[in-house]
Amino acid sequence: MMRRSTARRALRISARWALLVLVTLAGCKRSGPPAAGLKATAAGTAIVESGGGHQVGATGTVLKDPVVVQVNDDQGTAVPGALVEFRGSAGAGFDPAVMLTDSSGQATTSVTLGTIAGRYRLSAVTTGKSKPVSLDIVETALGYQQRVGSILADKYCSRCHDSESSPERVSNYDNLEVKPHAFTDGATLNKMSDADLTSIILHGGPALNRSALMPPYGSTLSPADVRALISYTRTVADPPYEPAGTVYARK
Amino acid sequence: MQLMRKVLSSAWQALFGDPVRAFGVVSLGLLLALAIAPAKEHFGQWHSYQRHYLALIHDRGDAVSLRRRFRPGIHQIWLPELGVVDRCTTCHLGLNEASLGDVGQQPFRKHPVIPHSLDGFGCVICHGGQGPATTVAEAHHSERAGEEPILPARYIESGCGQCHQNALPGTPQLNLGRTMLTRYGCVHCHAITRPDGTKVAATDHPPSLVHVADKTTREWIYSWLKDPQAYAASTTMPNYKLSDVDASDISAYLVSTSTPQAGDTAAASVQPAAKADPSAGPSLYGESFCSSCHAVQNAAGNLVGGDVGPELTRIGNKAKPAWLAAWLQNPRVYDATTPMPHYRFTALEIATLTEYLRGKTDSDYGSGVHLDAANAKQIAHGRKLIVELGCAACHEINGVQKPENFAPELSAIGSKPLAQIVFLPGMEHSLPSYIAAKILQPRAFGASVKMPQFTLTAPQTDALTTALLALSNRGRSMPDNLRVAAIQETNYQPAGHAGKLMTELACTSCHRINGRGGDMAPDLTWEGSAVQRQWLIDFLHNPNTLRPSLIRRMPRFNLSDSDNKELTDYILAVCQSPSIDADLAPAATNLPATVEHGRQLFYSKYACQSCHIVDSKTDKGYVGPTLTQVGLRLTSAWVYTWLRNPQALRPGTTEPNQNLSDDDARALTAFLMSLKGPSGRGAKR
Repeated sequence: MMRRSTARRALRISARWALLVLVTLAGCKRSGPPAAGLKATAAGTAIVESGGGHQVGATGTVLKDPVVVQVNDDQGTAVPGALVEFRGSAGAGFDPAVMLTDSSGQATTSVTLGTIAGRYRLSAVTTGKSKPVSLDIVETALGYQQRVGSILADKYCSRCHDSESSPERVSNYDNLEVKPHAFTDGATLNKMSDADLTSIILHGGPALNRSALMPPYGSTLSPADVRALISYTRTVADPPYEPAGTVYARK
Repeated sequence: MQLMRKVLSSAWQALFGDPVRAFGVVSLGLLLALAIAPAKEHFGQWHSYQRHYLALIHDRGDAVSLRRRFRPGIHQIWLPELGVVDRCTTCHLGLNEASLGDVGQQPFRKHPVIPHSLDGFGCVICHGGQGPATTVAEAHHSERAGEEPILPARYIESGCGQCHQNALPGTPQLNLGRTMLTRYGCVHCHAITRPDGTKVAATDHPPSLVHVADKTTREWIYSWLKDPQAYAASTTMPNYKLSDVDASDISAYLVSTSTPQAGDTAAASVQPAAKADPSAGPSLYGESFCSSCHAVQNAAGNLVGGDVGPELTRIGNKAKPAWLAAWLQNPRVYDATTPMPHYRFTALEIATLTEYLRGKTDSDYGSGVHLDAANAKQIAHGRKLIVELGCAACHEINGVQKPENFAPELSAIGSKPLAQIVFLPGMEHSLPSYIAAKILQPRAFGASVKMPQFTLTAPQTDALTTALLALSNRGRSMPDNLRVAAIQETNYQPAGHAGKLMTELACTSCHRINGRGGDMAPDLTWEGSAVQRQWLIDFLHNPNTLRPSLIRRMPRFNLSDSDNKELTDYILAVCQSPSIDADLAPAATNLPATVEHGRQLFYSKYACQSCHIVDSKTDKGYVGPTLTQVGLRLTSAWVYTWLRNPQALRPGTTEPNQNLSDDDARALTAFLMSLKGPSGRGAKR
């Protein structure tokens, strides 16, 4: 009797594992099957990013700029004809996913973000001379809530919090005696809890003994707006924001 | 044969030979038949997902509470008035579980935050697919008659558009698509009726071709028709892929039927142009803020300028100098409904601008075009083409009626059954891919398709597809109270002589007044409550900007003193806010102590200097308008009411509502009204 139940349990566990593997495989399939018939004519020893990293886009959409990587040899000169494969997690897609570097040693792909909001750690791998060499590329996907936050930030916050000026919108950053923190400034913002950020947004800087130049938005923004703003800053924070997580008592 | 019969009969004998045995066999059969349903359920796909979910949450810290909320069996969200029967939550078990946001694998991940509850709206309303289905394939990928596979995530905003006919801040893609439907002229040919019965109206301004021969040459029309984007990359005119002969015949018809425009401008252009100073052209173009509406391609190939008017990069190739001068003199003679203001330029200014614009010529453009005079047959052929291609749906053309319902109506295109669609070989069988392909390459669907080739980027195509998918049957059939109506442009028309002036100056091309007009400049609906009379008179004479960091500014119109006064009086009398009570405002004579208190509030408690400048020596903030002379500009009633609640006077304004107490608001108003600037405009004048 005992033995039979153990066997059944083993069967069930193995079935679960099989399902898990299947689901995982199905999830990975979207990163694109390797293109058939591509043969590397050369191999490099290093791979570097030429452009397209650190972009922010909406979930499920194609990033505005393509991702470009370059394969170099020992001397740092570009290697044409090296095989580059792009890999991604959580439903990120590439068009194309596998290719040979062009005459200037570069491989260009357009990236479709997955449907989950957050950071996407993508990698570009080239076969290399002795062992594969890989490069990490980070992109950020904004879901609905974060996108609402980014729209609100553009309207109410970035004039002061973003030090970059454009002809269309001149930044007010340099005019402020106490410098505001950029929303990407994870080193500072990650240390502050959601409650802290909420009270600064609602009641202004003096709420946490900070600069009075930050006005209160409690009567202007709705609670959902404030949550969206915080969610947006958490998503674009660099270094990435890692929530403490919920602590539950074990049974 | 014999053998088979023998086997059969012996089997029969074995099973049903004796009544007791037959009873047993039949009972066994019945029992097996009865077991089919539970077995099917046990081995059903959703069942295994539920078992898998339990295994997934088993090791998590909050397993106890997760398991408590787990309900075995088929789940269903039933919303009769929306026509929703969704069983998706049978497998998608973690949608509402806040702690499952980190789960990488579907179908157990938490749903991203959206403004609606999942139980109140269901799933298919946004995602498409088959709600009642209980297998993955049927729910997600079914293509059977009347069924539609799940919507790709990049079109998800179309779901919002079924109920929300207005523009939502969180759906930029849908908003862009809807703007494009009206701006790219789609609705000139394709009628779109909203669920509430109103028609989507075009917002572009296709020029009338009634006097086209006055404006340009037949050669230019020919080159334009062959490839509009070669003349102006930003134009919304599509490419009809005309043959040389067809383009030549259409241009022949347009030129031959064009009538000369009314007399006085022709005379104006004949009068000897004053000596134009070539170096004054660029600065006059800049001072008149032409680039607020018109774009020009710069040396780097980027478009710089607004998109209200046509691109002017190669205007010298197109416009005849005489026409250009007449147009600058008074655009309403040529086109009575143009959004271009009547600037009241002097003869010298007209000559200077005409000369400057003529210089915007690309000598390569259309250089090889030589057209022979057309005969009657060619002209008749041109007319036939114009009728066939529906040119008159957008443009007013002599001798051709505007066609009604020229192209298929799109009011319910988002629910077009797949069975009615002829897909191209190799195309994905889904409505979004069909719509996107049709927008990108209409002529790929057959040589007889009349729809022209538009030049669209990938995000624009996605946006248009999203807006079209939102035009669904569900959106039309749902109860009216569930729908959020579109904000319709009113047909507000200022009255009297001042109204005529405002039409001539095209105020509503940039300003919104009583729900009608553009959004480039501030809403003027309540301007009369806000500003002081003398300031407005001065401003209309010489509009100085309040926000030095803006590129787009109010141009200067050479108004006569009487016109200026009339306009000022009209705005002060008519553009009044009902919520501003002049009696409530602090008195004009303020105690110095109150002013000083206001100054301290301004600098310390409310730190207004982070965004506003009141003392140009010390303050630097320029998010909001400069306030050095605000005491000469605004009324104290407006300042007071504004400080109490800015959003009440101008919804969506950036200034936060600081919830001021009445005393603080009065003190701040007293301080602000005391700011008359070191060089007040009154003194300057």
